[in-house]
Amino acid sequence: MKLTGAQALIKSLELQGVEAIFGLPGGAILPVYDPLLESSIRHILVRHEQGAGHMAEGYAQATGRPGVAMVTSGPAATNIVTPLADAYMDSIPLVVITGQVAASVIGSDAFQEADTTGITMSITKHNWLITDPYDIPRIVREAFHVATTGRPGPVVIDFPKDIATGELEWYWPKSIDLPGYRPTTKGHPKMIREALSLILQAERPVIYAGGGVIRGRACEELVAFAERTGIPVVTTLMARGAIPDSHHLCLGMPGMHGNYTAVTSLQRADLLITLGARFDDRVTGKVSAFAPNAKVIHVDIDPAELGKIRRPDVPIVGDVRQVVAEFLRGLGEGDLGQQADLAPWWAQLEQWRKAYPYTYDRTNEAPPIKPQFVVETLNRMAPPDTILASGVGQHQMWSSQYWSFEGPNRWINSGGLGTMGFAIPAAIGAKVGRPESTVWAIDGDGCFQMTAQELVTATTERIPIKVAILNNAYLGMVRQWQEMFYEERYSEVYLSPDLPDYVKWAEAMGCVGMKVEDPSEVESAIAKANSIDDRPVVIDFRTDTSEKVFPMVPSGHSNDDIVLG
Amino acid sequence: MAADSPSSLVPIGGAIRTPKEFRHHILSVVVENKTGVLARVAMLFSRRGYNIFSLAVAPTDDERFSRLTIVVDVDTAPLEQITKQLHKLVNVIRISEIDPSEAVECELLLATVQADAATRAQVIELVNLFDGRIVDVGSSKLTVMVGSSPHNLDNFESLLSEYGISEIQRTGRVALQRLEMPTSKRRQSRGRVS
Ligand SMILES: Cc1ncc(C[n+]2csc(CCOP(=O)(O)OP(=O)(O)O)c2C)c(N)n1
Ligand SMILES: [Mg+2]
Repeated sequence: MKLTGAQALIKSLELQGVEAIFGLPGGAILPVYDPLLESSIRHILVRHEQGAGHMAEGYAQATGRPGVAMVTSGPAATNIVTPLADAYMDSIPLVVITGQVAASVIGSDAFQEADTTGITMSITKHNWLITDPYDIPRIVREAFHVATTGRPGPVVIDFPKDIATGELEWYWPKSIDLPGYRPTTKGHPKMIREALSLILQAERPVIYAGGGVIRGRACEELVAFAERTGIPVVTTLMARGAIPDSHHLCLGMPGMHGNYTAVTSLQRADLLITLGARFDDRVTGKVSAFAPNAKVIHVDIDPAELGKIRRPDVPIVGDVRQVVAEFLRGLGEGDLGQQADLAPWWAQLEQWRKAYPYTYDRTNEAPPIKPQFVVETLNRMAPPDTILASGVGQHQMWSSQYWSFEGPNRWINSGGLGTMGFAIPAAIGAKVGRPESTVWAIDGDGCFQMTAQELVTATTERIPIKVAILNNAYLGMVRQWQEMFYEERYSEVYLSPDLPDYVKWAEAMGCVGMKVEDPSEVESAIAKANSIDDRPVVIDFRTDTSEKVFPMVPSGHSNDDIVLG
Repeated sequence: MAADSPSSLVPIGGAIRTPKEFRHHILSVVVENKTGVLARVAMLFSRRGYNIFSLAVAPTDDERFSRLTIVVDVDTAPLEQITKQLHKLVNVIRISEIDPSEAVECELLLATVQADAATRAQVIELVNLFDGRIVDVGSSKLTVMVGSSPHNLDNFESLLSEYGISEIQRTGRVALQRLEMPTSKRRQSRGRVS
């Protein structure tokens, strides 16, 4: 059977089980959009290619399946660079297809030519420039394989126009031949034994769970392991929900804006059981002062993470799910007679928990609204299984702090890259992947203005997400740093609460728009938003500009210098 | 000696000199022979802030693969990180670390040197001493070629410079493991990627 390159690409995507593509056509990718008309794959037409990339990320984070985006060459390819970098940092499986000028003119500065494989080389797990239509099925298979196995990540297939219009004899490769790509999944038995011996000896152990636990689908194993050993768990920004926040073994988020107990437990620990985490500076603070007395077991599927920041005592390269299952097997059935007594450690942890919970002025009844109150109320009123996406800034930290995450893949945010504008497109992508779940985005006023136009996409495509803007009229997180570290010299951080008019803007985009200024109206507005299911909703919450995110470990300081606020 | 001032030892964009004082390591990297692979390796080094001291690329006897011989400045990053990051490149098949003390290293030097009637015989003698060859002859200059260990080439170069070098080009080293050494010392790892 002879197919055009374009037909072969679409057919390959169908065979990979792709159900949705986020994209926007243009010259170089035009031939591929034609057979798309006959395809079973849903295409979501975005308003900016950055939106397509973040939607694919949101889809992937909510479903655990790879997100797919397709854009044209040149400016479209460069528009999707930010989501690629974002997905690379947060290990999100993405397959991005970029149009390219005809292979015959590559290198001639043709119209809308950009060196996409060159530009994206250091922010993708791998990329391919197709130079022969015959390679299409093979490369699509390889691309999905690389994106989704090992440490997941984004890949790019650069697809020249004459490859799309060229022909090939259709085939579907039976196997994948990538001699240089063989992820190690099974932990070394000797290392696992050494880890178990440390685990049983430790008097102040903490499980430091990172995003790898969620990507590696190891949450059940994590909870079982924590319960089996009685060891407390901290969940990093990327791992929120890996163990339910309501679980008594969950200490919550560590790091720069983590809670006192989680932060200090790591500082005082004698053993860190690090699962799919990478000792990010936002978690460690000053590295040399991080967890100074702890031995480290580090489990990661990416060997390069072991010893990158902190030298582990027991390094284990492997799939975190398999390794934790091995831990459980190694612990056997009966009681753990030889395990050290954790009661004194728990007594200490409980004391901290009681003394230092997250706090804000809950008694406040007058405008402006406390942003934390909005998050708590949204959380309280959210239907079960609600997915929460956020932008980047103060509102992101309050979302992570004040929302109770009860399962994985329900918290969608940009951790490693910290990409403002992430929330709305990511929420749309999540809703496409999990249409039965309610999807809320908690966004900042600054972030909202970066990608709000995708609400037009949401309305047109009937993707009814809900957006809560914590409108503090500022680039709040930057304002907080200027207040605390630059003697209140505010430089270029004021945005104005009323310009733009968020309600009018929302309505212009086909959404329901609401403005809430009084704390007493918060609940009814949320109830109304929750009841709307036929279009997106945007609520402009006027929040307290002066509110700051606490606790805070000042940048570059030891976690011992945590400021409670 | 400027031993403890790394900046004086690591030439940036300058001529290649054998690193004497800083620790260097030789990586012999087998990669798939595909377009763009060299760019991926080079990009990785610059992206992660590692210094490449010299780099030589050549096909292997199996046309599907090429071998890169990379001399890295280990002071810019621990060797372990460099090899682990390299392994993550999908096109990298195998990496062997060769300790310089256990390596047979070779490099080629071409130089055009002043050689008039008075000095010509001396230059030729010097080239002969280093088992080199005269590859081009001009009225007042010679172009000479020497293939030897990088260390020998350094000596040769400084001796030759007495006569006035007008142009010089060195290839960067290629290396293989010394045979008489036990192979267990050659740490080799295959295909661990993520
Ligand atoms: C694309 C991008 N540009 C700039 C920044 C730096 N930055 C981090 S948080 C922030 C302020 C965000 O403002 P807003 O969305 O209003 O959130 P708030 O902090 O006020 O809750 C800025 C500018 C960033 N993270 N991303
Ligand atoms: Mg703001």
